[in-house]
Order: sequence, then C-alpha cells, then structure tokens
Amino acid sequence: MSLLSCKNLSMSYDNNNALTDISFDVDNGDYLCIVGENGSGKSTLLKGLLGLMSPISGEILFGDNLKPNEIGYLPQQQSINRSFPASCFEVVLSGTLSKKGLIPFYNKHDKARALDAMQKLNILSLKNKSYKQLSGGQQQRVLLARALCATDKLLIVDEPTTGLDPLISSEFYKLIHKLNKLYGITIIMTSHDINSLTKYATKILHLKNNVQFIGTYDEYKNTEIGKTFLGGISHV
Amino acid sequence: MFSMSALLGLLSQKFILRAMLVGVLVSLCASLLGVSLVLKRYSMIGDGLSHVGFASLAISMALGWAPLLVSIPVVVISAFFLLRINNQSNDSAIKGDSAIALISSSALALGIMITSLTKGMNSDVISYMFGSILTLSQSDVIVSIVLSLIVLVLFIVFYNKIFTVTFDENFAKATGTNVSLLNSLLAILTSITIVIGMRIMGTLLISSLIIFPSLSSMRIFKKFKHVVISSSIISVFCFLLGLILSCLIEIPTGASIVVTNLTVFIICHIIGKTIK
Ligand SMILES: Nc1ncnc2c1ncn2[C@@H]1O[C@H](COP(=O)(O)OP(=O)(O)OP(=O)(O)O)[C@@H](O)[C@H]1O
Ligand SMILES: [Mg+2]
Repeated sequence: MSLLSCKNLSMSYDNNNALTDISFDVDNGDYLCIVGENGSGKSTLLKGLLGLMSPISGEILFGDNLKPNEIGYLPQQQSINRSFPASCFEVVLSGTLSKKGLIPFYNKHDKARALDAMQKLNILSLKNKSYKQLSGGQQQRVLLARALCATDKLLIVDEPTTGLDPLISSEFYKLIHKLNKLYGITIIMTSHDINSLTKYATKILHLKNNVQFIGTYDEYKNTEIGKTFLGGISHV
Repeated sequence: MFSMSALLGLLSQKFILRAMLVGVLVSLCASLLGVSLVLKRYSMIGDGLSHVGFASLAISMALGWAPLLVSIPVVVISAFFLLRINNQSNDSAIKGDSAIALISSSALALGIMITSLTKGMNSDVISYMFGSILTLSQSDVIVSIVLSLIVLVLFIVFYNKIFTVTFDENFAKATGTNVSLLNSLLAILTSITIVIGMRIMGTLLISSLIIFPSLSSMRIFKKFKHVVISSSIISVFCFLLGLILSCLIEIPTGASIVVTNLTVFIICHIIGKTIK
C-alpha cells in the first residue's frame, strides 16, 4: 500500500470550497511537489494531511505503518513568533516530543536524536545560539531539524524558502533532497520555486482547487499544463 | 529609615508570614505561566480574568458564599470563553482584544455596583482593587497553598509540551500534541493563579504579576529555560521586597509589588541593552 493516499478529498472554509475531489497517492521515497497559483489550495491540502483541518468529505489513509504523529512538518515561516526566546537546541529537541506520549521529560535518546538531526543539516554549531538571533535561512534549518526529529518517514514542507535569497534557497533544497535520497524520507512540498522543482521533484501534483495533474515529473513536463507552468525556465 | 527591629517585628506576625507563603507560591505560578501567556500574546487575558474574578468575589461576598469556591469556577469558565474568542478573532465580528476589554470593564462595573449596594463592604473595595494581605483567612491560606502547589506540579510536568505549544502551535498540533487540551490546562492554571493572587495583589494589579517578571527576564535571557527560571526568581524577589516595603511604609501591597517589578524591569532593560 502507498505511504499516504487521498481519496476524493474535499475541504472548505465556511462554505467556500477550497479543494474538491482530490485523489492521489504518495509512495515511500517519493519527492512530491505540489504546485499551483496563489489560492489554488496547496496550503489547505497540507493542513488536511496534517490533521490541522478536517475535510468535509473524502479520506486520507496512511499506509506502511505510518502513524499521524510520525509526520515531520515545516510550517510557513510567518506562523512562528520570530522573537521567541529559545536556544536552537530547545527548538530542535521539541520535535522529539510527539513520539513520547505521556512521558513528560526528554531522555538521553531524545537528545542524541536532536543532535543527530542538527548534524545532518550542518547546524551543530548553532546548538546554543538563540533562535531569534539567527538569519532567516538558519532559522529555517533549525525548524527542518525539528521536523526531522519528529519523523523518519514523511516530511511535509510548506513553501520553505519564502524570503530567503536564491543561494540560501538552493542550498536549502539541496538539504531536503539529501534527506530524501540519503535517508529515504518521503517529501511532500509546496513551492513556487521552479528551479528546485525541476531538479528534485519525482512527482508533481498541480492544483487549481481540483487536481489538474498528478504524475511523475517527466510526464508533467511534456503535458500542455506542465509546459505552461514551467514556462520559460525549462527552456533556458 | 527602616530599622531592623521593625522588620523583625513584621516577620514575627503570623498573618504576614501566612501571606508571604501564599504570595511566594502565587508569584511562582504567575511568573511560570506568564512566560507562556506573554509569548502567546495572551497578556490581556489575565487582566480580563482578574476583573471577572472581582465581580464573582463581590457576588459571593454579598451572598455570603465562600469566595474562592465561587470565583475559581467562574473565572475558569470565562478563561475558556476568552481563549476561544481570542483564537477566533481573525474572522469573528468582535476582535479578541476588544472582546477582552468589553468583558473586563463590564465585570469590573458589575463588581463595583454590587460592592456599593452591599452594606458595609465599601471600605473593602480599596483592598480588593489594590491588594491587601489582611483579607486572607486561615482557610483561604490553606486552599491557596494547595492550589498553587497543584499549579506548580502541573506546570513542571507539562513544561516541555507547554514550550512546544507556545513556540509553534501548528507544529505541535500537526505532530499529534493535543493542543486544545493544553490550552485548556493553561487557562485553568491561569484562572486559579489569578483568583488566589487577586486577594494579595488586588484586582487591578494581579495581571502585572503575570506579565512583569517574564518581560524582565526576556530582556536579558535568550533561552526558554533560562527565561522561565529567572522570571520565577525575579517574581519571588519582587514579591518579598514589595510586601516588606508595603508593610513598612503602609501602602497597598499590590501597588508596592508592581512598583518593585517596574524597577526591576527597568534595570533588566538597561542590562539587556548593555550586554547586547
Ligand atoms: N483561513 C482561511 N479562511 C477562509 N478562506 C481561506 C483561508 N485560508 C485560505 N482560504 C481560501 O482557500 C483557498 C486556498 O487557499 P490556500 O492557502 O490553500 O492557497 P495556496 O495554494 O496555499 O496559496 P499560496 O500560494 O498563496 O500559498 C483560497 O481561495 C483562500 O482564499
Ligand atoms: Mg500557501
């Protein structure tokens, strides 16, 4: 069975349908990129997958023994208070909490896991730095490390590079790619960054309140809609 | 000006020692919860709740009921209500901050009306407004101590979850933390702390016990754990100093504690600026 499958999912905000009849599967090891214009329902779909919002109809099924609390999530930056007093280690460590159930305190194992995540993302040196004093790109890596602490299987990422400069952005996508390739973590991501999409995505879901396209990247780039969306970039 | 013997005389009085114990515990609770409330931008909820607490106190006094037993449930219910309004404020007709202002001034007005209609209570109004340690009875003290110990233990047990929810509610929710349960817990703990602390600090000033210490420590410390620990130290220190001052120069307890907190805040602000 697929890692995650959406069946006829519809979601709405007080009678305004944001998504209608969405069906797709995500398999283990996929790098799925969700694309579409502003307001096409990308973030809404992620909220559905994460259980932050319940669908009005349809269902989301988890396979491969994936439990809802084993999903790592990297939210859009603006949802976090940037002046929060916390050390990076505190932030990363908090990612391990979801798996601990009723156990209230962190143990050695959790701390080791947090350090390991920071190591994978090359931010061990930031361990004792204050989160609010980091640059946007560094903060984003800390949040990715936190997400990594919450999962070994599936990472859901919403527009991770908004506000980052092109160089930092492309490094950030490289890191996510590394997590996908090296550690076999499945990625579901929304992005407006066509460069990264063409480089790394294996699957594309094109939304416009319903599914315009779902399939592999190679199929997508040969369809009419894919050509239009990828536009100038793919011909450069 | 303040002689040592006056201080010792003060400390030998039982009611002051009792008030001190309650006050220290309440200050601890308030400062611990305060860090989370301030960071979640819920500071004004404390203010609103204390006014609701005042109204329910006035009602229970007028009817001759046990004040704490009436106030705590009333304030807990209002806390749920205020949190809900606050969370929905983006799309509801009345914005969260105006809703809190409405509720808090209405409750205050109601409380004052009832107090002035009730015979023989007018003299107490000042002490309710600005705090007095004289209003604590023996049973109040016991209830207060038990409740604040419960608040402290729950805070420590849920410390890591509270951090996660305060830092990033969406992440916590997405990774399976029961966010609404934790928010309810915060609301209940805050309500209890406010009702207990209100007697000493006064209705108008109790919210400062929640806000000041965490703001002061956030000037200096950048790590959550350090902020939490230092704000509880600052809170207890300011409480004790303020209480002693208020007894020595005979000013309302709450006012004296707030001024002490303000002074510490200014000092922390300056330290924070210089070490930056
Ligand atoms: N909180 C909300 N309340 C009401 N409607 C909303 C809310 N959030 C989104 N919508 C509506 O739902 C639709 C889908 O929004 P969504 O945020 O999912 O788009 P998106 O694809 O993520 O856009 P963007 O590229 O700008 O991030 C839009 O029409 C939007 O107006
Ligand atoms: Mg979006």
